[in-house]
Amino acid sequence: MATLIKDRRIVADNWLLLSRGPAGGLPEVPESGDVIVPLALWLSRREDFLAHPKKIGVWLDANEGPEAIAGEVERFAVIAVNFPKFGDGRGYSIARLLRERHGFKGELRAIGDVLHDHLYFMEQCGFDAFALRDDQDPQAALSVFGTFSDGYQTSVLRPTPLFRRRLAAGKP
Amino acid sequence: MYLYDEIDQKLVDERVVQFRDQTRRFLAGKLSEDEFRALRLRNGLYIQRYAPMLRIAIPYGLLSTKQLRKLAHIARTYDRGYGHFSTRQNLQLNWPKLEETPDILAELATVQMHAIQTSGNSFRNITTDHFAGVAQDEIVDSFAWCEVIRQWSTFHPEFSYLPRKFKIAVNGAKSDRAAVAVHDIGLHAVKDAKGEVGFKVLVGGGLGRTPMIGFVIREFLPWPHLLTYIEAILRVYNRYGRRDNIHKARIKILVKERGPDKFREEVEAEWAHLKDGPSTLVAEEIARIESRFTRPSYAKLPATDPGLEAALGSDRAFATWHARNVFPHKKPGYAAVTLSLKKTGIPPGDVTADQMDRIADLADRYSFGELRVSHEQNLIFADVRQSDLHTLWREVKALGFATPNLGLLTNIICCPGGDFCSLANAKSIPVVEAIQQRFDDLDYLHDIGELDLNISGCMNACGHHHVGHIGVLGVDKNGEEWYQIQIGGNQGEIRPGVTASLGKVIGPSFARAEMPDVIERLIDCYLARRDSDAERFIDVVHRIGVEPFKEFVYGNADQRPAHRRGQLAAA
Repeated sequence: MATLIKDRRIVADNWLLLSRGPAGGLPEVPESGDVIVPLALWLSRREDFLAHPKKIGVWLDANEGPEAIAGEVERFAVIAVNFPKFGDGRGYSIARLLRERHGFKGELRAIGDVLHDHLYFMEQCGFDAFALRDDQDPQAALSVFGTFSDGYQTSVLRPTPLFRRRLAAGKP
Repeated sequence: MYLYDEIDQKLVDERVVQFRDQTRRFLAGKLSEDEFRALRLRNGLYIQRYAPMLRIAIPYGLLSTKQLRKLAHIARTYDRGYGHFSTRQNLQLNWPKLEETPDILAELATVQMHAIQTSGNSFRNITTDHFAGVAQDEIVDSFAWCEVIRQWSTFHPEFSYLPRKFKIAVNGAKSDRAAVAVHDIGLHAVKDAKGEVGFKVLVGGGLGRTPMIGFVIREFLPWPHLLTYIEAILRVYNRYGRRDNIHKARIKILVKERGPDKFREEVEAEWAHLKDGPSTLVAEEIARIESRFTRPSYAKLPATDPGLEAALGSDRAFATWHARNVFPHKKPGYAAVTLSLKKTGIPPGDVTADQMDRIADLADRYSFGELRVSHEQNLIFADVRQSDLHTLWREVKALGFATPNLGLLTNIICCPGGDFCSLANAKSIPVVEAIQQRFDDLDYLHDIGELDLNISGCMNACGHHHVGHIGVLGVDKNGEEWYQIQIGGNQGEIRPGVTASLGKVIGPSFARAEMPDVIERLIDCYLARRDSDAERFIDVVHRIGVEPFKEFVYGNADQRPAHRRGQLAAA
């Protein structure tokens, strides 16, 4: 079973991530087991899923927005966001929007080209689970969350910007 | 100078630790070239034609003498004893060793400096007017606003992997000396009828492959909303900016493809969520930032200095320099002085380590221990007593930085070009030298008057050729270096009424050896057609258009093919 970094710990991953077919075709959903389905699958079979509620996850690609599941994020135990390439930063905005605007409280998982040096910012943006690329060392990656002790801006982990905290502390 | 507090310092120190670890893992083979590339670039480290190049951030161009001495030390210890001031008001070292860059960053951190985000697809150095805080036409002191944005844009978790690089400029005076219209975001401070400060916000300007003048997305943004509004722009860009083609990834392309009105709508819709949120600025924070800037303790002086008046009357060379390189100051009895880094024979912006030390000594003695780097690649002493100008001029002259060419043809903005840069199609520095040699007669130069000549070695436009009154672009034709000329560009509304504009190409390109002749022909055309001395080159181009210049350079339509054949034969 694959491993996952979840809440800064290495854990076993019980979820099966269903990919789209090479031509974008939708995968079959297995009878049992926890699955994370592509957004398109969720949207096309939404009525079925709602009629037979089960624990389910959905994943968004970088070009898909959280707007597609606005108002129903609480139906998902896991929302995963795909990073097609580590340099593609759309997932950071998607994560913040899911947390800050759509109120998602469940597991927010980074999938795809997820690398050691990017976990710090991902976590700041609201990801709490990281399916590292296969060649990455999860043990070594745990150290990366402490890279910076603070940050200037607002983020999901630090909703109050540094300047307000400085002022509150009376720092000149 | 903005003085770091303990958190500012800690973040920079932590960056050094992070980059040291990344470099170690790369050298140990644990990080691929491609993965390390993205990480080293955001620490300013390029792999160049001959060696790595390290771009050190000089936030909004402001530098203390302590920092300059540290830069001299670094250039001497880790490089070949010189550095290059860039158009982004940064300093570039052309010969550092990859394995030593973490040590260089650690040295920089000891003087509150870094190389954070000087490259890569993230926010770049915030630039501003090099006369911020001293100009007579000041609306606000832009340094504090630049620092507010610097902090917000440093290690922004959401916007650290943008589609492409992102450049923000802030102008705080009536004249635009920060070229705000050719930035991804340009902010021009304005006051409304009630005297409240706000910003005119421009988006989508830029040079490079697809030069564009930014459009005004907001005429007046009250200052408390500065960060939330920029955040809204960036979120729209981060989500929808193109990532399929590096040449179409800047925000200007998104603005163009969406159309300005549609883009504005999207930004406003996003902003509706962010407006009045926790990032909304408060007066205490602006005051706190301002209070962390060191400020000169000006003496109370008379507006004019009799000694200066006398020297101007008796020393013609000094008077010439004073007319060009000294800028009026908002405090009586003071002046801002430009040290020209455009002496013939020296690549524009280049300074040796020894010169840096000497400049630091002078700035300590004459300008409160601070200086600025201008985007025109010169250095500014912003707070010099008028009574010191004559003495300072002699000292600066001895160092070779008193070329009285500010605003003139030989004050050329130029990228490092094919001598150093692996992107360049053509060399730029030898062209600069040849042109400077041709126009070395000062009287002639002064007669020609104000003229911006900008040279880029490739279409990435680091030499800002599109906004030169005359712009030169190095192009590659079958492996040979040629130079294309455009005229009529203007970097911004430095003078009222002459807004930012992009140059128009005048025709087929030229061989390097022809360049001084071609420039001279453009100048001859201008001199023949100007109404008076007051009408500048750029004014004439805007009045009569490009065509007369074309004819002067290429001959009329009948003569052109023959001229062209001659040119090709010469090449």
